[in-house]
Formats: sequence, structure tokens, C-alpha cells
Amino acid sequence: MLREQLIRDLQAILPTESVLYGDEDLRPYECDGLSAYRQLPQVVVLPHTEAQIIQVLQLCHATQTPVVARGAGTGLSGGALPHTAGVLLSLAKLNQIRSIDPLARLAYVQPGVRNLAISEAAKPYGLYYAPDPSSQIACSIGGNVAENSGGVHCLKYGLTVHNILKLRVLTITGEALEIGGESLDSAGYDLLALMTGSEGMLGIVTEIVVKLIPLPQKAQLVMSSFDDVHKAAQAVADVIGAGIIPAGMEMMDKITIHAVEEFLHIGYDLNAAAILLCESDGNVEEVADEIVCIQRIMKQSGATRISTSQNDLDRLSFWAGRKAAFPAAGRVSPDYYCMDGTIPRKRLAEVLKGIEKLSQEYGLRCMNVFHAGDGNLHPLILYDANQPGELEKTEEFGSRILEMCIHAGGTITGEHGVGIEKINQMCMQFGNAELAMFHAVKAAFDPLGLLNPGKAVPTLHRCAELGAMHVHQGSTDKFSHLPRF
Amino acid sequence: MQAVINQYQEIICTAAENRAPLCIHGGNTKQFYGNATSAQYATLVDTTAYCGIVDYDPAELVVTARAGTRLSELEAVLEQQGQMLAFEPPHFGMFATLGGCIATGLSGPRRATTGSVRDFVLGVRMLNGKGEDLHFGGRVMKNVAGYDLSRLMVGALGTLGLLLEVSFKVLPKPIAEMTFCMSIDERAAIDKMNRWAGQSLPISATCYRNNKLFFRISGVESVVKATRLKLGGEELQKEEGALFWRSIREQADRFFQIGKNKNLWRLSIASNAAPLTIFGDQLIEWNGGLRWLVCDSEDDNRLIHRVAENASGHATLFRGHSVSSGVFHPLSPAILKIHRALKEKFDPAGILNPGRFYPEL
Repeated sequence: MLREQLIRDLQAILPTESVLYGDEDLRPYECDGLSAYRQLPQVVVLPHTEAQIIQVLQLCHATQTPVVARGAGTGLSGGALPHTAGVLLSLAKLNQIRSIDPLARLAYVQPGVRNLAISEAAKPYGLYYAPDPSSQIACSIGGNVAENSGGVHCLKYGLTVHNILKLRVLTITGEALEIGGESLDSAGYDLLALMTGSEGMLGIVTEIVVKLIPLPQKAQLVMSSFDDVHKAAQAVADVIGAGIIPAGMEMMDKITIHAVEEFLHIGYDLNAAAILLCESDGNVEEVADEIVCIQRIMKQSGATRISTSQNDLDRLSFWAGRKAAFPAAGRVSPDYYCMDGTIPRKRLAEVLKGIEKLSQEYGLRCMNVFHAGDGNLHPLILYDANQPGELEKTEEFGSRILEMCIHAGGTITGEHGVGIEKINQMCMQFGNAELAMFHAVKAAFDPLGLLNPGKAVPTLHRCAELGAMHVHQGSTDKFSHLPRF
Repeated sequence: MQAVINQYQEIICTAAENRAPLCIHGGNTKQFYGNATSAQYATLVDTTAYCGIVDYDPAELVVTARAGTRLSELEAVLEQQGQMLAFEPPHFGMFATLGGCIATGLSGPRRATTGSVRDFVLGVRMLNGKGEDLHFGGRVMKNVAGYDLSRLMVGALGTLGLLLEVSFKVLPKPIAEMTFCMSIDERAAIDKMNRWAGQSLPISATCYRNNKLFFRISGVESVVKATRLKLGGEELQKEEGALFWRSIREQADRFFQIGKNKNLWRLSIASNAAPLTIFGDQLIEWNGGLRWLVCDSEDDNRLIHRVAENASGHATLFRGHSVSSGVFHPLSPAILKIHRALKEKFDPAGILNPGRFYPEL
């Protein structure tokens, strides 16, 4: 379809200011949080209502125009990268919290609502929305659904899929589907689980019912230093083994500790080979009991230093370094390359050792931050893109880390999604029969393949190359001010 | 064990070629659930041969087991490590298997506070209707690679594939549990359960019947003690409490012993929905989100569907006299269309448990 015609047709559906097509207007939409991949769409639309979206989808379906949905654009895997021949559908204007039902503990929200805004609105009722991706001040709930976002607290409180009850979804033909319900389960197949994390490939979410849970009465944090990564890893296993599900459990290695301490001067133990942060939350008695138990385990596991937060100010300052790991990487190296593998926890020491070996082999430093509770590893490879060949070396290094994660029984992506970034690594994790099933499921919703084409699932013949995420000089990450962990 | 899989594959491929229906079953404890099918014409596929725990490391909180593994065996192994299936699945018989637990997707008393079967599923290995051996999801807590097809299998009643192995998250067993009981009317009980759920309280199960609200507190001793002072109620003996919840979960309680001309309905609705104005005995679980109803088998199904819909939920004819329109709540045309398309992709010959879930699947 001719671009001029497409623009005219869209203008007939939407107010003039909701259709962007000038080069300068399109530029802000050329990438999401993964800025290594950029391209301009034909046109960007910013509808205000579901009725408008239906008309846009009907037009795109009739003219076989690709549609890429976008929330806040904070995603780290290029899931919202525009299609050069398509429409970029921004859901940012659908940003209303429709209502909160405190007794039923539900919030009815539009997809463009920011994650944190839901918890802020629920706070007066003593409730909050549990999944807290690190970008929560900016990321939208619609994007969270598309990526099945997690957060620091997901071992205890679950991912997006565990915390939503109902979706209103439009198919590519503009047909509305009510998926899930206000009840704890619904009739038929679990389409709610299928939609969650489907990366905008199956439908466009226009309304979400999220679960709200009671705010914990108290939260307390134990920070422990270890002179050996193995001991820290064992401490994690021992906490779980003692029957405790911590609200958060995070590990940093030596190079990370030094990088963040240099950056923030919060008093992290520079002699430690690893620091473990272990948080307990809940009611007062529960927290008191767990904290004593955690302290004992840390001691028994050979922690060289143990500090316990005495108040929330303390607790947040302990967290600050962990939360600043990504920006700290940006300070100690011109570039860094972030991975997102998940492994069974018991393989941690072995995988870290493997990464260290690769680090020596490639002559590149690697910081390791780790959601230790759920096995989600974020190695940050430090490199300099201005050094000839270093980028290629880094890519190879990263690819071998992901391979190691798969061999350890894990996965190539724990929480950032596949998007465009890890499309090739999908070939390492899945065989042709599984990939064919993914394509079949996509076709059940979108037979013409117009929703977010080319993302999330590789075509079978593509399965050869490897790709990865790059952040250059911090400056190309449009969301460099957001915490990333 | 690969030989068993090969056998299943052969059966499926032959059936697909001949478009001859298969009836997948495990321990036959939940055959009553779902629509009656013309099973006598179908080839039976017994999944109990593919059994055993594949991998279990308590510190990982993850277990992988073959679908034919008995639930009782699995729970005994977890128990030894002080862990449990947190969704407290009903067995409905000694021979209940993991596969049946996943395929029916039924959860027990702990569901409202801790989560459902599907919440704990991390990955599956399965055969689709073409006999392809497929792995979806994984054995780790966090995994967003590919569509979530493992959770799609939960509650699909075997209509999308034959389950081979399942990986799921397990949780530590609470150190202490106590059950309490108080007399209260239904409306007040529903309100109370919902208010409690909005506070940071360690309540792990609720049940209302015969004007009495039963609730279970779980956690460490100090928490249980502190909470009991806060909430009040009469304490049940420890064994008595455990027995009570088992009798609700397993439907051994007298309420569930329905007469000849009665139907047992399961209404999953908004937890704060007002008492249902419908004739019949009721038992409430899940903070008000699950209402069991015993009524005459002659009562109009459509009326019960409407009552459930008005309370933002759906109704299932759980036990009793099955009807031609099916035991599950009718799906909207748009949703049914997606169901049929998915079924067609997973099972193009339509041989896997046809009709058990919906006539069209």
C-alpha cells in the first residue's frame, strides 16, 4: 500500500495529532530500550480509545500492513522495534486507571498505565501490585503483560502471569476477546497464560485486570559478605533449604561490588568476593523470625561480614548499590553488553567459573549480578566498541554464556524477552518441532502474520546466527536514567 | 523409558492416520470430570507406564516428574524434604497421577492464597496429535523464551497433547498450621474473608458451610500464635483440622455426597460476590471465589450459568447428570474460534480426547 494512502486512511480514523509521519516525529519511536536496533516505521499512531484501535487494526488487516504495538518503549529486547513497512501502534494514550476494587483486591487499568502508578493508586487501601521490574517508574502494564515481566520479588510473589486475572484483547481483525475473568479461573484453555509474555505477536491488549495484594507490614534486609562465590551460592541454597522464601535474594560479584562502590560510596565490603542481599517481608512476627534464621545461616555458611538493616533508610541504602549495577558498568567501561540467562541455582558456581574462564580467553571483563533466588543471571560484559574487533569478540563471548546457560539446564532469557535481540538464540534452545508449534500458535491468532512480524520466534531457516544487546557509551540507551537490574 | 514414549508415538500416529479417537487416562480417578465421551469406541492410552521422578533438588524448589507418577508418591518424596505441592491438588483416589492433576487443572484449599496448578508449572514435555516429542518451558523459575505452551496444557483435559513430563515449582511446608472455626452468617463471612485477604495475614485456606467459617493459619509458630489472637475463633485439634481440609479437598465431606437426583456444580466467581440467590445447598471456599452448589438435576443449566455470569464467573457441572450441551460453561463465539484454531494446530486429526472438554475440541 502506498504510504500516502495509508496515512490518509489513518487520518480518517484518528485525530490529526494522533497520526505521526514526519521524519522528526517518527524518530523517537525508532527503537525501544534496546537502542542497538533502530528503524523507522511508515507511520506512528497514538489512539485514545479502543474503538479507534479496532479501526486501525481493521485497516491494517485489510491492507496487510504490519502492526507493532508499543507501550512505554522501555523493553530491553527490541520487542517494540518498528517494522519498516508497518504501523507503530502506541498505547501510551490509553493511560487510565479505570477503577480499583479494594474489597475484591483488583485494579482495572488500561495498557498505557505505568506499573508503579498502579501501586501508588492502590496504596491508600493498603494494597499494591507485586511485580516490580526495575524500570517500574516508566514501564507500562501493557508492556509487562507482553513480556511477562518479573522483578526483584518474583521468587515470592510471582511474575506478571501470576498477578493478572483478565485481559481484553483485540485480534488483528479488530475482534475483541475477553480472556480470563474476575474469578480465579475461567472456562476453556488458559489463554491468559498464553497471552502473557507473547510479545505482541497474538493480539493487542486494551484492558487489564490486575490482582492487588496487601502491603507487607515490614521489610528487613540482611547483607552478607563472602570471601568465596561458592560459599555465597551455598548460603542461597541453605536459606531455601531452611524453608524460607525470601522476598528478594540478590548476589553481586567482586568486580560489581567495586564498580558500584566507586560510583555510590555506600560502604560495600570491598574485600568480599561476593555480597548477598537477602530480604524478608510480611507481618512483623514473620519477619523477625526469618531475619534471625537468615542471620544464622549466613554465619554458618561462612559470611565474613553480616549487616542487618535497622530501618527502611538502611534497607534502601543496602539496595542502592545493587540497583545501580548497570549504570556503574557504564561508568567503568565505555560499553557493556547485558545477558539475561536463567540457570538452576545449583549450577551457579560452575557457570560463574565458566564465565570467568571465557573472560580470560576473550580478554574482556565481566560483571555478574544475579537474581539468586530464582537463578536469573545478568552478566555484563565490559568492552570498548572503538577497539577494532572487540564488539565481535563480545558477541561471541555472550553467545557462549547463553550456550552455557542452556547446557546448565536453563534458558536464554529469564525476563527481558526474545524480541529481536535473542531471536537467533531461540534456535539453540528449541528444536524445529517446537519452533513450528510456536508458529502454528501464532497462526491460530494471526494467520497473515501481521502482528509484530519477525520477532520472538525465528523462522526455521534463520537458525544460524547469533545476536545480542549492546549499550554504547550509555548515551544510546534512551532510558539510561532508569535503574536496571 | 524411551521405549514407552515410542509406543505412545506409534499409537498416536496410527490413530491420526485412521482418524480414530484416543482416550488418554492415568489412574482413572478423575474420569467423572468433563464430558462423557464415546470412550468405548476409543483406543485407551494408559499413561501410568511412564512414571517416576526425573529430577528433584529441594534447594532448587523444582521437581520434574513423569506424568504417570502417582501424586501420593510425589507428595511423599516432597514431604521427606519438608516441601509440598502448594496448590494442594485433590486426588479423588489412591491412583491419581501427576498427569491427571495437570490435565484437569484442579487446585485445593490453598489455591486462593498460594496459587493454582498452572501457577506452579514451569515446563512440560509432551506429544502432540502428530506424535511429535516437544519440550516447552523449562526447569527454572524465570523463563520467557517462546510462548507459554506449558501452562496452556493445564486444564486442557488432554485435548492438546499427551503429557510426558512436567516440571514445577514446589514450596516449603509451613512449620505450623492451625484451624479455627466461628459461627457467622453467609454475607458477613464473605465480607470477612475478603477483608482478611486484603491484610497481611498468614491465612492459607477458608471454607464456609452450615453457618460456620473455617480458616487455616500457616507459618512459623510465633506468627500462628499472634494471628490467632487477632482473628479469634474456636481452635480445632490439630488432627481434626488437617482432616477437615482433606475432606474438603477430596470431597469426602458430607456436603459432597450427593443423592441420585442431584448435581454438584462448581461456580468460580468474583470472591466478593454477594451470597448467591439460588436454590440448593452451598459450600464456599477460596475467600468466596469458589462456590459449590448441590441442586436438583432437573434444574435448568442455563439458570446456573446465568447466576455465575452475574457474579463475574463461570459454572461447571462437576458431578452428576451430564447433559448434551456439555458440563463446562459455554464459551463466547470469539473465544471458541480461538480454541478450535489451537486444537487444529496441536491435534489436526482431532484424535486426542475428542469431546471431553467441549464438543468442538
